[in-house]
Amino acid sequence: MSQTFTLGIGGAAGQGVATPGDIFALIFSRRGLHLNAYNAYQSIIRGGHTFLTIRTGVDPVRSIGDEMDLLIPLNQDTMDRHLRLLKDGGACIYNADTIKPGEAAAGVQMCALPVSQLADITRNKVAQNTLALGASLSMMGVGFHVLEGVLKAQFGRKGDAVVAENVNIARAGYDYASANFKPFARALPMTDNRYAVLSGNAAMAMGGAAAGCKFYCAYPMSPSTGVLHWMAAHGRKAGIMVRQVEDEIGVINMAIGASHAGVRAMCATSGGGFALMSEGLGLSAMAEVPVVVIDCQRAGPSTGVPTKTEQGDLWQMLGAAFGDYPRVIAAPLDIGDCFTLMHEIFNVTDKFQCPGIVLCDLLLSEGRLSVEPKLLDFNPPIDRGEMITSNGQPHDEYLRYKITESGVSPRAIPGLPGFTHTVSSDEHDENGVLISDEYTNHAKRRAMMEKRMRKMTGIEAMVPAPVLEGPANADVTLIGWGSTHGVIHEACELLALQGITANHLPIRWLVPLHGDAIVDLLKNAKHTIIVENNYSGQFARYLRSETSFVPDGHIRKYDGEPFMPYHIVDAVREQLAGSATLSVPTHEVMV
Amino acid sequence: MADLKGKVDPDWCPGCGDYGVLAAVQKALVELQIPNHAVATVSGIGCSSNFPGFINTYGMHTLHGRSLPVATGLKLANHEMTVLVTGGDGDGFGIGAGHFVHAMRRNVNLTYIVLDNQIYGLTTGQTSPTSRIGMKTKSNPSGNEDTPVNPLTLALAAGATFIGRGFSGDQKHLTELLKQAIQHKGFSFLDVFSPCVTYNHDNTFQWFRPRVKRLEDDASYDSANWIGAMEKAMIWGDEIFIGKFYETTQVPSLEETEPVLEAGPMIRRELHIAPEIARQFVEELM
Repeated sequence: MSQTFTLGIGGAAGQGVATPGDIFALIFSRRGLHLNAYNAYQSIIRGGHTFLTIRTGVDPVRSIGDEMDLLIPLNQDTMDRHLRLLKDGGACIYNADTIKPGEAAAGVQMCALPVSQLADITRNKVAQNTLALGASLSMMGVGFHVLEGVLKAQFGRKGDAVVAENVNIARAGYDYASANFKPFARALPMTDNRYAVLSGNAAMAMGGAAAGCKFYCAYPMSPSTGVLHWMAAHGRKAGIMVRQVEDEIGVINMAIGASHAGVRAMCATSGGGFALMSEGLGLSAMAEVPVVVIDCQRAGPSTGVPTKTEQGDLWQMLGAAFGDYPRVIAAPLDIGDCFTLMHEIFNVTDKFQCPGIVLCDLLLSEGRLSVEPKLLDFNPPIDRGEMITSNGQPHDEYLRYKITESGVSPRAIPGLPGFTHTVSSDEHDENGVLISDEYTNHAKRRAMMEKRMRKMTGIEAMVPAPVLEGPANADVTLIGWGSTHGVIHEACELLALQGITANHLPIRWLVPLHGDAIVDLLKNAKHTIIVENNYSGQFARYLRSETSFVPDGHIRKYDGEPFMPYHIVDAVREQLAGSATLSVPTHEVMV
Repeated sequence: MADLKGKVDPDWCPGCGDYGVLAAVQKALVELQIPNHAVATVSGIGCSSNFPGFINTYGMHTLHGRSLPVATGLKLANHEMTVLVTGGDGDGFGIGAGHFVHAMRRNVNLTYIVLDNQIYGLTTGQTSPTSRIGMKTKSNPSGNEDTPVNPLTLALAAGATFIGRGFSGDQKHLTELLKQAIQHKGFSFLDVFSPCVTYNHDNTFQWFRPRVKRLEDDASYDSANWIGAMEKAMIWGDEIFIGKFYETTQVPSLEETEPVLEAGPMIRRELHIAPEIARQFVEELM
């Protein structure tokens, strides 16, 4: 793992954490650096505590890491909570007028900014932020013109006077730091690469747009609302109908209506909204009208912790809607994958005319990552499956639910002469007539159930099995699903530095699971540990129910914050030493 | 009419009011010369929600109470279709009441026909949102205590742009009313008395017949007058009015105002986003 640089900015909501965060992110990405950012916050518009971590480096940055190089506390609270994260050689830049310095580790530089001497704080309420920004870049060895350019772009809309004021304040901070503070040991590197920086929510929205989604609807719910925001801001240009609907029941049903009309449709929500959608999921399966639902998990149950992450919705997804029906569930592994997965799941759900669930979580939804622009491919393969979209031969005997070997029946789009039919949430015959209308026919019911469920065979063949990452014959095999991919990858690298070889089995497709392939990969593993962000080991229980596989140990976390690499490293060491089979790491830094 | 005959005959109880509504809908479509393949009939769940199975159009028999959001999605994805929504009073004013209010606010060009029998029929006779106070049902053996919903005043308050009431026992009038509702550009709502001959022994054909009065017989009635419509809609007793209570053409439908539809129905769009637009989306992030 190459060198990274991590900075944290914290304050109360409303103190302006976001703007310097955006500016740092832009400067890093324009220097050709990768970055990974995570904002810890609360469900409050003003007050509380917000802490943004940005980690940057030349190579892909897979997690926010364990330590910090730079801390910018905008209030005393942030100083008190986070100072201990700074490592030897790190620095804390703070407003000496209002914040008392804490006790830092050895080798940490405490950089006191005399804010009221450097800027007119009666005129500019966020002067401390801008001064700190200037000071930081001076210490990182970044030329002032870079910051000046970004500030001009950032504040240009507000007029020359605002730009000049911000540039002057930033310069005062920059010059003060050059004269008074020790620069960081390594200047911020630079490469010729250019990356796009985006959130998982934007990635899923864009991935949907790239996959040909033409109808998006939602009800606002954290942490999924970013998908709606991207769609609303870009829908007109992208040619996507975007609607905010009265509730999530309306949302999924509206998406299903649009899909039946013949367009690709999707919606996004979080656990509570998904609970309302579950009957609609059954409608999609029974009527054989595809729909893609994104679930951005947050800490539950009930309203839970709306701004905190968890992987606690798996069993809700597995059990959503009553009865047996074909469905697919996939969990993106990182923010770039949030984009890529969308066209894959649209292709599967269209081809097999069934519901598809993208199981994301707050960490990816609201985190930000640098990705290669070419990964954001707006020309992915689109397979809409067996659809009848032109008149062809008028067909009075058209059977919407024709029994086939694959279980898939060609789908005629409403509006075509000669193909009128009714799709139904009731059990029905091949022609769509309700079985209960005719007479309750057990043979037909069985045939229709088997027809639908046969789709799972085709889906399993279409969806790739998971692949083991890292060295063969490792001391320990870590199994994770979805968003833990990055942090487990990094934990494996850290373990290697400590002489423990670790490999990693990331699960992306949860349904179908490819259980046999997983067991084949794991049967010779020396020591297996399942890592997941929930209380009960939802994936471990699912894997066991599907395959009877029981791992040697578990690492679980359910405090609302994502894993940091050291949580996994310490737990693996503890378990390999035989002192535990279940580790629940403590998140020491309060956010 | 033959074109509109469904794959199976209705299985409603003999004498059910729903037969009359089905016949009037088929007649209205024939008279308006709308071909069956250009029509989608969307329903919820309940006796009257079996409607799409009995008429040969494109149909969706959806979930209890969810016909309106499904129909809205269908219409917004392909606004060249004529979309009819059918269902009962429990489906529309009970479990689906939230969608009902918001569908009216939204003013999508749908025609919503509630076959109102003031009872839950398919579940064998429980109180519905339009059951009168005191009505004895299996769920209220000592009489209903909840004030009934007035679908017309609710629709007026929610901003529906076409509001009417019909009676299954007056076919000719109902057919005319349906034709106007279908032709209205925007959300049209028709509450249609469709008596349940099995479970509602209070509001029968015989009970309605002497009470029902056509608004059209009063030349001075102005359906553009919202206040006047409210007043007429409040009347319930010896006189019960049917007809077009209210219509405004001043409110554009969602299809007319939604900018993304300027380029035509969603189902005809290119699936891939133009490279130039895609490039802009990525450059925003850099």
